[in-house]
Amino acid sequence: MRVPVQLVAGGALAGVFLALALVSLVWTPHDVAALSIADKLRPASAAHPLGTDHFGRDILSMIMVGARTSLAVALLAVGIGMAAGVPLGLIAAANRGGLIDELVMRANDLVFAFPSLVIAILITAVFGPSAVNAILAIGIFNIPVFARVTRGGALSLWTLDYILAARVAGKGAARISIEHILPNLLNLLIVQGTIQFSLGILAEAALSYVGLGAQPPTPSWGRMLAEAQTLIYTDPALAIIPGLAIVLTVLGLNLMGDGLRDLLDPRLRRIRA
Amino acid sequence: MLRHALSRLISLGLSLAVASLVIFLVIEVIPGDPAAYMLGMNASPDTVAALRRELGLEGSLAERYLGWVAGMLTGDFGTSYTYRVPVAQLVADRLEVSLPLALYALALSTAIALPVGILAAARRGRATDYGIIGATQLGIAVPNFWFAMLLVLVFAVQLRWFNAGGFPGWEAGLGAGLKALTLPAVALALPQASILARVLRSALIETLGQDYIRTARARGLTEGQALRRHALRNALIPVLTILGLQFSFLLAGAIIIENVFFLPGLGRLIFQGITQRDLIVVESVTMLLVAAVILVTFLVDLAYAWADPRLRRRA
Repeated sequence: MRVPVQLVAGGALAGVFLALALVSLVWTPHDVAALSIADKLRPASAAHPLGTDHFGRDILSMIMVGARTSLAVALLAVGIGMAAGVPLGLIAAANRGGLIDELVMRANDLVFAFPSLVIAILITAVFGPSAVNAILAIGIFNIPVFARVTRGGALSLWTLDYILAARVAGKGAARISIEHILPNLLNLLIVQGTIQFSLGILAEAALSYVGLGAQPPTPSWGRMLAEAQTLIYTDPALAIIPGLAIVLTVLGLNLMGDGLRDLLDPRLRRIRA
Repeated sequence: MLRHALSRLISLGLSLAVASLVIFLVIEVIPGDPAAYMLGMNASPDTVAALRRELGLEGSLAERYLGWVAGMLTGDFGTSYTYRVPVAQLVADRLEVSLPLALYALALSTAIALPVGILAAARRGRATDYGIIGATQLGIAVPNFWFAMLLVLVFAVQLRWFNAGGFPGWEAGLGAGLKALTLPAVALALPQASILARVLRSALIETLGQDYIRTARARGLTEGQALRRHALRNALIPVLTILGLQFSFLLAGAIIIENVFFLPGLGRLIFQGITQRDLIVVESVTMLLVAAVILVTFLVDLAYAWADPRLRRRA
């Protein structure tokens, strides 16, 4: 089987930032909490490959730790979406046409109707800004996405002969959902997970840009951008570097998502290529 | 058609009712005492008690909820605690910025996406198509507030064609107002245009594979003619959905862009309301935005049923 070129390119891009995030757990070139006003706003040099910010912090180190914040928030938000959305979707599909199905789907529509960013801002405002609340706020909006994708995929599986065979063999709806439907939905969920992961990174960046994400001194890409905004006239590099980090990570994940879809669902190749 | 409209209308009412309940609970119940929350930790008990009276917090939860909903239905959205003016008036003022901005961005995004999406589909599998796919892939990955900062850097700081932010008001003239909204509208439109162009391209390519297109080609139509006369109309259905979604996104999602450009719009109002703990503003504006989204979705849904009779039976 030919591995799609997007998957390789996207995986490489996202992999770089994942690696940066992992390395930052044990080592960064400089301490991101250490302020050194004497070294502020330095251009790129051997000691500071990407220069320093207005507090003299090393930009490369901040990008590395920021990658950790970004990826962790988005990944956990995907986890919340899957943990709640997939069972809901399975239940709805097993009760297709019934009252539970209707309830689950209408609740989904309702969550979709809420402007997600407004609600995320609301949640973080009422409960206080923190990385945990950002994860919850983003995660809640992932739930209906996974519920819908799961239900859609499961509905078409329920009509297949081998499911009928399982029913004839006396298996209940719950057992069929877990043993036969879920494993066949994994491809679909992996692709959707990648997409939600990249959307989560954008959402985290937006939240921390307005000061409602991870709080100082934890570096985050969004807040680096917010802080750079006032310095954009004199030090545009400060605004460009974190933005590029976001774009490249999201681009990498999106390409991965496209590549995975092509790899896992050959029927779509005709349309997309 | 009538039955479909009626069932959608009932579900519209239900959605609005549930949405208002959720917003009420999040804003008035979860923070504990809204008056204490609004005044902060150092407020004296007397001030808190006075604000409780002013906000009408003495009644039971059910009374307060019904009072709030009844007020909204009659156009009374409460009085802002920080601005000391009716929220309805604040909203009306801010809509003068937010609505034109959303429409401007929507028009830009459609104007970019339609030709680009059609071109990509017509040249599918060729270099132009790959170029467009790559460009839209990038457009989706760029956070709009960062793109906004780059626009400011290039067009305001370097070239000095536009101001970096602020809004002179429509009194300054239509041209001046539109000029102030141009960079924000472009920042909002580009990611939206990328999504729209991709959806249009996929929909067109799928439609072009249908039998009736082959029939049209067999009747001697060129591919361009078949695309214009038959494929485009059918491919517009998914595009309509996305457009409906985008309008509400643009109205609500402009919060951050409005903050980048210091535009006095709805998004900035809600954000200021949150930072100033002005819960009345936050509650009413959130409800308005959600209601707008639900209403647009409802209208898009009706438009579909009108355009495509097959969809009526499903509801």
